[in-house]
Amino acid sequence: MGGLDDLYQQLILDHYRNRRGRGRIDGASASVHEHNPVCGDECYLDILVQDGRITEIRADGDGCSISQAAASMLTEVAEGKDLDEALALVEHFRLVMHGEADPDEDLLGDAVALEGVAKYPVRVKCALLSWLALRDCIADYRETVATGG
Amino acid sequence: MGNSAQHTLDAQALRAEFPILASPRPGGGQVHYLDSAATSQKPQRVLDAMDAYYRETNANVHRGVYEMAAEATERFEAGRDAVARLVNHPREATVFTKNATEAINLVAWAWGARELGEGDEVLVTMMEHHSNTVPWQIVASMTGAQVRFCPVTPGGEIDMDAMRSMIGARTRMVAVVHVSNTLGTINPVEEIVAMAHDAGALTMVDATQSVPHMPVDAAAIGSDFLAFTGHKMCGPTGIGVLAASPERLEAMEPFLGGGEMISDVTTEGSTWNDIPWKFEAGTPPIAEAVGLGEAVRFLEDVGMQNVRAHEKDIAARMLEALDEVPGLTLFGPRDVERRGASMSFSLDGVHPHDIGQFLDSKGVCVRAGHHCTKPLMRYLGVQSTARASAYLYTTDDDIIALRDALIECREWFGAA
Repeated sequence: MGGLDDLYQQLILDHYRNRRGRGRIDGASASVHEHNPVCGDECYLDILVQDGRITEIRADGDGCSISQAAASMLTEVAEGKDLDEALALVEHFRLVMHGEADPDEDLLGDAVALEGVAKYPVRVKCALLSWLALRDCIADYRETVATGG
Repeated sequence: MGNSAQHTLDAQALRAEFPILASPRPGGGQVHYLDSAATSQKPQRVLDAMDAYYRETNANVHRGVYEMAAEATERFEAGRDAVARLVNHPREATVFTKNATEAINLVAWAWGARELGEGDEVLVTMMEHHSNTVPWQIVASMTGAQVRFCPVTPGGEIDMDAMRSMIGARTRMVAVVHVSNTLGTINPVEEIVAMAHDAGALTMVDATQSVPHMPVDAAAIGSDFLAFTGHKMCGPTGIGVLAASPERLEAMEPFLGGGEMISDVTTEGSTWNDIPWKFEAGTPPIAEAVGLGEAVRFLEDVGMQNVRAHEKDIAARMLEALDEVPGLTLFGPRDVERRGASMSFSLDGVHPHDIGQFLDSKGVCVRAGHHCTKPLMRYLGVQSTARASAYLYTTDDDIIALRDALIECREWFGAA
């Protein structure tokens, strides 16, 4: 079952069974709610920003093992990053998922285990759901700050 | 299986006629195709009929005076004859469309957009496919009409008491699915059509999941409109059917305008061709009609009664097999007399997409998602389900492979 083991590495199943960074943040600096129209999976993402840095990040929602593990890995690796670093991280992950970049393990942390998802186009959206939610969340935050809201 | 002696369908032998089922999957082993509710596999003779049309007599239909064009027209119209015969419907009221979705949109636009108004109601059910919901929502938003949803019972059947009370003086159209693609439920469409007609409403029956799987008699159902698609009944994609009341078709204005559908065109305006061509603008799906005609002849050779009897057996086998999977919840009726062999289920602790992916590694093809029935999913309180759906070529082996893969799947994801 080589193909399946490639996709579902133990690290992914571990993050799926023991979600990190799950939940919501009271008084979050920005929040987004996104869903995958293909399967109906939902992702709520909250960030707390202090001095241009993500001091707390939580992801909630329901979905498949890939989407839930990806969200769990995201919260681990994005916490503590400043906003530009976080955007660069998301962009790198997006390129890896589309097979357009080799994964940088130092940057991605456990999320490097998701590399195999790139071979399953239908599942790439699952992996990207929470990560692109972070990109939108940062954009929302910056817009709110810019408009003084 | 108990009553397998009562019919003569040999699914294992039929598999030999389907190239995809007859050849081993990459890496060896048999493909266990359990997604026929999404699309059926195609027998060689359907592929051959389409191929022969293109090789021997490719020409545009109607109006051509040369021999090949006449032959193309004959094969195309023979496809219509076959389809009309299969569902016991007049050929002149059997319209070819792109698919069942377009057949329903044809009625929504050509009838609904002109006839519906403020205060009018279109009644659909909670188990409709989006194709029998969204077209009505679109024309309702243009006309001020309202789309109402008849509830479904916890057992996965239409709540007939609610249906009775919801059909009223304001109801102009009752649009109902014959067999649910998600739940497998066989709905009492004859009764619903009679109730709607008593109230002066028209009826649309979405027969997409019934025509491929059981004898369907359009005259006995008596609906004003009945829609189905070619690719779920051993035919090609790109062709669907609207079997309509001839009087309705005569009274309706066209849906799409263009070539073929006119009688005369002047700078002042146009007049329309006879039915069914009035509703077939542009070059029709010719090879597809030829292929669908051959698919109908294939189904007639097998016998629709035999298809239904086989699928009842397979549904009973599936129910037994799914009961043996720990943590599995089945949606829809359990009585095989009231259901087809399309079954949606959830597996405790495993997401449907993960089920689909894991089963694929075992050569078992099932669908995971909302099956284009999102109102029903919300109603059931789930985001998505996995669905296994059988057809005339489904064997006990397929069902055993499904059961074993599901049991292993649950263990693999650590949900056991």
